[in-house]
Amino acid sequence: MAHLNVDIVATDRKIWSGVARGVTAPASEGEVGIRVGHAPLLASLRAGRVVITPVEGAPVSGTVTGGFLSVDADQVTIVADQVEVHRGEKVR
Amino acid sequence: MAGAQRVYKQRIKSTQSLKKMFRAQELIAASRIGKARERTAAAEPYATAITTAVSAVATHTSDSHPLTSERTDTQRVAVLVVASDRGMAGAYSASIIREAERLIARLQEAGKEVSLYVAGRRAESYFRFRGRELAGTWTEGSDSPSSETAGEISSTLLNAFLAPAEEGGVAEMHVVYTQFVSMVSQVPRVVRMLPLEVVEGVVEPGDDDVLPLYDFEPSAESVLDALLPRYVRSRIFSFLLEAAASELAARQRAMHTAVDNAEDLVRNYTRLANQARQSEITQEISEIVSGADALAS
Repeated sequence: MAHLNVDIVATDRKIWSGVARGVTAPASEGEVGIRVGHAPLLASLRAGRVVITPVEGAPVSGTVTGGFLSVDADQVTIVADQVEVHRGEKVR
Repeated sequence: MAGAQRVYKQRIKSTQSLKKMFRAQELIAASRIGKARERTAAAEPYATAITTAVSAVATHTSDSHPLTSERTDTQRVAVLVVASDRGMAGAYSASIIREAERLIARLQEAGKEVSLYVAGRRAESYFRFRGRELAGTWTEGSDSPSSETAGEISSTLLNAFLAPAEEGGVAEMHVVYTQFVSMVSQVPRVVRMLPLEVVEGVVEPGDDDVLPLYDFEPSAESVLDALLPRYVRSRIFSFLLEAAASELAARQRAMHTAVDNAEDLVRNYTRLANQARQSEITQEISEIVSGADALAS
């Protein structure tokens, strides 16, 4: 089954990357949830919580202060001004 | 005669301690360079993500954005000079300042009024000494710039660009920084940052490829509003990082040359000191011999 490739990048480094089943993020006009096969999307984010459900392991969540999200052919990129990852592995 | 020897000994000693300092500076620069390049690489995913997104929006909207449109209401332009905080980097600061002066002269010839923004203490003191008015200065950490500094610089400049003409708004923004080509070559470079025109690294879609049709949330304009300032910021951050790597490379090279020169000097002085000692001995012997001769006769 297909999965999402998720990258979270901050201004100075890559915060997290991996394959996931789903992502929710705080878009400027409300939460968006993304699953495999989502239509290409570019959304600006407001401050809030990003939750990623990886294929394996516990959900990873992080707090972002703003940024944007792009989805294109199951490639999800969350570009954040500042991120704080709460759980899960940190990939530098 | 013993005086000459002593002078040479002193010079050898002081040159040797200078050499130690140069060597230390060289090693420090060499160890930081790796880090600076790592940081450049670490900032890349962000820059790539932003660039892709900007080009995606740009291909979908033809609306002009304040940041992409030319301003004709003012002749004022902003120039950001990125130099170093410290010297000991050979011609690094001098060449970036020369490049900046050239750009300023060119702009003034074209009838523009230049307002200067400066990052790096060396450039700041240069312009201050010459009584130039500086619109903004940042003088911390030129060899390891933080993304906060980049954010400050870009928001100051964006505010200037978006400000009305009466309040000191600028029509263009140029950046003078040093491009890190390789460890042995760093080139001063001038980039016109605003108004934004070309998006670097736009992938031209092939004939068969269909560009993904993006949904924008909340709308293409507001996504662009959020994207472009971040794009400017990320570009400025990458300029700062590259300038930092260049500064360190220039410093390493300059200090390496200084160490070599110090070694040459020490060698020369040692020869001279030996010569002085030898001639002193010769003189002493001839004095003794001639004294003995005088007594014997």
